[in-house]
Amino acid sequence: MGSITLDHVNKSFGVHQVIPDASLEVADGEFVVFVGPSGCGKSTLLRLIAGLEDVTSGVIRLNGEDVTEKGPAHRGLAMVFQSYALYPHMSVRDNIAFPLKMAKLDKAAIDGKVAEAARILNLNDYLDRKPRALSGGQRQRVAIGRAIVREPKAFLFDEPLSNLDAALRVNMRLEITELHQQLKTTMVYVTHDQVEAMTMADRIVVLNAGNIEQFGTPMELYRNPANRFVAGFIGSPKMNFVDGAEAQKHGAFAIGVRPEHISVSTTEGLWKAKVTVAEHLGSDTFLHVAVDGLGTMTVRAEGEKLLNHGDPIWLTPDPARIYRFDKDGRAVAAH
Amino acid sequence: MATKQAQTIAKWALIPSVATLAAWAFIPLALTFYFAFLRYNLQDPDNTGWAGLSNFYYFFKDPFFLKDLINTLMLVVGVIVTTVVGGTFLALLLDQPFWGRGIVRLMVISPFFIMPTVSSLVWKNLIMHPVFGLFAEIQRVFGFAPLDWFGRLPLFSVGVIVSWQWLPYASLILLTALQSLDEEQKDAASMDGANPLNYFRFIVLPHLARPITVVILIETIFILNVFAEIKVTSVGGFAGNLTYLVFSQLNDANDVGMAAAGGLVAVVLANFVSAFLVRLVGRNLEN
Amino acid sequence: MARRQSTRRTLLLTLLGWTLGILLFFPIFWTLVASLKTESDAYTLPQNFLTTPWTLENFGIVQERSDYVRYVVNTGLIVILSTALALVLAVPAAWSLAFAPVDKPTSRLNGWTWLAIMLSAAGACFIVLYVNDWKVSNFFIGLALLLLVVIPATIWVWTRNTPGTLLWMLSTKMMPPAGALIPIYLIFNRNGLVFRDWGVFDLREFNLMDSLWGMVPLMTMLNLPIFIWMLFTYFKEIPLAILEAARMDGALFWNELTRVLMPMALPGIASTCLLNLILTWNEAFWSLNLTNKYAAPLSFFISEYSSPEGQFWAKLSAASVMAITPILIIGWFSQKQLVRGLTFGAVK
Repeated sequence: MGSITLDHVNKSFGVHQVIPDASLEVADGEFVVFVGPSGCGKSTLLRLIAGLEDVTSGVIRLNGEDVTEKGPAHRGLAMVFQSYALYPHMSVRDNIAFPLKMAKLDKAAIDGKVAEAARILNLNDYLDRKPRALSGGQRQRVAIGRAIVREPKAFLFDEPLSNLDAALRVNMRLEITELHQQLKTTMVYVTHDQVEAMTMADRIVVLNAGNIEQFGTPMELYRNPANRFVAGFIGSPKMNFVDGAEAQKHGAFAIGVRPEHISVSTTEGLWKAKVTVAEHLGSDTFLHVAVDGLGTMTVRAEGEKLLNHGDPIWLTPDPARIYRFDKDGRAVAAH
Repeated sequence: MATKQAQTIAKWALIPSVATLAAWAFIPLALTFYFAFLRYNLQDPDNTGWAGLSNFYYFFKDPFFLKDLINTLMLVVGVIVTTVVGGTFLALLLDQPFWGRGIVRLMVISPFFIMPTVSSLVWKNLIMHPVFGLFAEIQRVFGFAPLDWFGRLPLFSVGVIVSWQWLPYASLILLTALQSLDEEQKDAASMDGANPLNYFRFIVLPHLARPITVVILIETIFILNVFAEIKVTSVGGFAGNLTYLVFSQLNDANDVGMAAAGGLVAVVLANFVSAFLVRLVGRNLEN
Repeated sequence: MARRQSTRRTLLLTLLGWTLGILLFFPIFWTLVASLKTESDAYTLPQNFLTTPWTLENFGIVQERSDYVRYVVNTGLIVILSTALALVLAVPAAWSLAFAPVDKPTSRLNGWTWLAIMLSAAGACFIVLYVNDWKVSNFFIGLALLLLVVIPATIWVWTRNTPGTLLWMLSTKMMPPAGALIPIYLIFNRNGLVFRDWGVFDLREFNLMDSLWGMVPLMTMLNLPIFIWMLFTYFKEIPLAILEAARMDGALFWNELTRVLMPMALPGIASTCLLNLILTWNEAFWSLNLTNKYAAPLSFFISEYSSPEGQFWAKLSAASVMAITPILIIGWFSQKQLVRGLTFGAVK
């Protein structure tokens, strides 16, 4: 009961067109991530769905119903903000109860739902505290609790993990994914971090300057990027790109190959290179190399390989994993 | 940018205030305009009709008009100069650490909160009274004959009262501005070898330019229209200003037409002065 | 302070500071002293400062002779009611300006067109009146003429952009009261002529002069610009995201305002009310002109001492002490609010 449809949605701020023409369909119960670099319009798209911004043209449908003209209070959605936006003058309990009070539920029902949300999110010890007495992770859970309690048609997350430290971020990522499996409600999640996108999403929308570059499952995006932008955005470390004569040898304007698809040898290979920086992570080693005539690249090698600055090496890309792009950046004849 | 819905609500939320202020701004002014061209004296209320420019003519011809106009301007200029110079000095002083600074600050800002009727009567009677007042006593101690302040120097005396009231305002504003001056600038300046005078001239003064502008603007708005201090000390005949003249036309002469004409003159004067000020210090204004 | 300054310098500054402070505060102190002396002793200050007895009798006398309490009650009512009314008007207005600002004027007519419209409206009024020998003989004609001026002006204001609206509000505060004295006085005084035989109703039946019904709305209108400006600056400091969260939570305008915005902005609202309290309490121009006995606030009451009979200094001092003390103390605690309010946010 939480399908979201965007039909030729266009958003301009004055003369500045932020989102030219967006159409997509989120199925009920899906976890969809909007991902892209800063300023690509992902938050704007989310706010259009939420009703916090007006569309310049186009239609937004929730469960088939046209909600384009409806205000945010009437769309039955819940949003978790980047800054959590908790009500500072209310206790955690009142924060979570607020949407229920707005829906005019009676006290018993409110208390019941608040207790349930507190149980799910482990907030029972904090119910009477004010937001300023909570840590970042706790505040985030309160924000999620406030969203859950409304039993919305869909959840909207606006970069909720950006303000947390790295370790907490990993934990919360798991918690949100588990929450999704438990509630089975549609979730639309905005982030600039492609790792979050890849690990959490059922499907990913990659945005660039307001345009939807590709909409597919994480593996689809990884294996079959539609264009150079998606290829370079998904996957860490980034894909290596080569244009010029070497690319034409493979029949394309530019080619790309991922660091993990290049084999490294000290004796022989297709490309001769010199190691500039070696990053030893233990499980992997990432070598930043300068390839003769082709520029810099990143290559993944086994963790045990001890190569250092200045060492000469030979690289051989896996021919089955070379991506070809035409002069407009579109992928050509995917492997 | 807010949604259309929010903007619609916002428009309606704004209407009551805008309507009230519009009524306050336009209706009295329109009516004053009406009365200024009307021949209407409260002592002879049925004899009314178009008066042409005669109200203005007689208002300008009034022997008090020129004097009061000059008084108005002198009062404004005098008080502003006194308060800005004095306020800058006091602000600089209060910015330095010394013992009991907090209490001194409270003492310095107190006069601003005293209602004008109280300050006028206290100054006129308890302090400036030629026989029993404090100043009289001080003068006697030093061997001088006491001066009748309000009798001999009425405008100056009123100026003293108004300056006393507004000096705290200027000091407070300038002190607040001074305290926002970056501590690091002071250190950088001293490392650059700037002595206190240069520091004041090249760093402090430019920083204070904007607050001083605001102080001058706000004070002008209020001091152009000083009234209580003049009426309550009964010096309207000698040291009246334009506002008092309008009042006395209404109150003493009961001449509504002339008073209204005077009111329009006051409005025109206020506009002139503000425009002049805005042009003079335009760059510094936030607005 | 980065460096410790020499003790000698501190000593000099202390001396200078205290001297100036005492000098400035002295009139207030002197008033307090005079209020605590008998009437005849008050006239022999300062040489008998320490020798004459101290007494509290003046405070009692003032209350007995002139029912001081009534003036306090009047002042209190005027202040409280006008502040409440201003709050009701200003909070939605400030909300609107802070959270739903308009960047460009929303009217399709530009400035010059509006000026032409208003000038022609004014001109039309002028001609109609002139032809009538400048008499407004009929209620409806009077009303029509007035509306002819007020309606285009209101629409012009309403379609301004946010900075324009704010500036306009500031400019209404700049209007000299002398320009409004005549009509306000006549309206309040139930004075006929314009407002006499209107057929429909006789304005003389409405008593605004010397009444709270007149003073409270007047004070509200006087202080509304500062009220809105101050609230505007405080509202701008509240993160929009929290209001948006409230909207997502199903809060409509009224709930957003009362359950989320106002509790969060409470310190700012309190500060604004405080400043308003000070300004209204001390207001003198309109209080002196439009009140006499029934609605007279303290500023008017004190002014009565300008031409009394006999000796009056001690009583004047006692009345003054009672009138100024609350505001003085409040003022000591509201310096920040004063700076923000009386510089229209230009200095923080």
